[in-house]
Amino acid sequence: MEITLRDIINKLLRRQPASASTARERLQLVLAHDRSDLSTELLDQMRREILEVVAKYVEIDVEEGAVSLETEDRMTALVANLPIKRTMNGQIKLKEPKNKLEENPQEAEGTDQNS
Amino acid sequence: METDTRVILICSGKGGVGKTTLTANLGISLARQGLTTAVLDADFGLRNLDLLLGLENRIVYTAQEVLEEECRLDQALVKHKQESNLSLLPAGNPRMLDWLKPDDMKRIVDMLKKQFNYVLIDCPAGVEDGFKNAMAASKEAIIVTNPEVSAVRDADRVIGLLNTNAIKPVQLVLNRVRPKMMANQEMLSINDVTDILALPLLGLVLEDEQVIVSTNRGEPLTLNSVNSPAAKCYLNIAKRLQGEDIPLIDPAEESTGLGAKFRRLMQTKIF
Repeated sequence: MEITLRDIINKLLRRQPASASTARERLQLVLAHDRSDLSTELLDQMRREILEVVAKYVEIDVEEGAVSLETEDRMTALVANLPIKRTMNGQIKLKEPKNKLEENPQEAEGTDQNS
Repeated sequence: METDTRVILICSGKGGVGKTTLTANLGISLARQGLTTAVLDADFGLRNLDLLLGLENRIVYTAQEVLEEECRLDQALVKHKQESNLSLLPAGNPRMLDWLKPDDMKRIVDMLKKQFNYVLIDCPAGVEDGFKNAMAASKEAIIVTNPEVSAVRDADRVIGLLNTNAIKPVQLVLNRVRPKMMANQEMLSINDVTDILALPLLGLVLEDEQVIVSTNRGEPLTLNSVNSPAAKCYLNIAKRLQGEDIPLIDPAEESTGLGAKFRRLMQTKIF
């Protein structure tokens, strides 16, 4: 994400940011859905089922978990961001500790795009 | 005569973004380069190409009579008054939509291919049967869009359909570009649109009041006022279609003076 001099001045003056970036973000979101033909209900159902599967293995923050479609260069990706709860000593909380896992990155998915 | 006729679909999804104006001006520009060009109005529901070309009073037969074999193709073709290399095949009656099939469009285009270097198909808006019929007869496509969310979204739908139907190349024309608004970051930039749609840019067309004037007269801009901003853009697009390497107009350089300098300063990237 690029930040221009205008953006900074707008921020200082507490003005609304220029509308082109809003347009770009809204378009990217709506196109990801258009291209996938997935309705919001289906996406929500998929989100819940994915969370259920992951929750079988590790304790995740169900409220924070998000599954979304992101798109770039006509490639659409399903991005799941599932924060895993940690134990007091920083380890991942396993549901039914079978064998101890090594310290792992927190996120289930590599794409680190924040909107 | 021609075996390597280029059949180009001109489409947009959304209505009112400038398909017909582009078709008319590309037709004129190609004809001026000495290329025999047919423009086919595939918008049977709401035809307008005849009006933009100033040929509305000279229509005797249409694509309908050709398909029903009530006349020969050359009887239906309307030759342009000043540019004899350009001919219009007018759209038939809206009732044609009830029975018109993709194969009918193919038949018409196959006939045109025998006589012309270029066949430009002015597509109806939407993604329904009218569009699908026109697509069936085409090999390549030009997508016209404006730097606006609704137009870009609809263009994306059309690109999806073109991809699944193996139409290629698909190139983009960004119409009604306002350099000042782009500089102020109040309009999607050229890169925004090409990135989102992931298409090569065939050209951009600057917003130009003269387009309305030329429509009023039924004389496409490229016919007379070749120095108006939009006319230059249309001519460049026609040349690029022919493989000439014409650099894109930089909208930032279209506005000059102190105001433009200030806007460029404001676009300085900090991060």
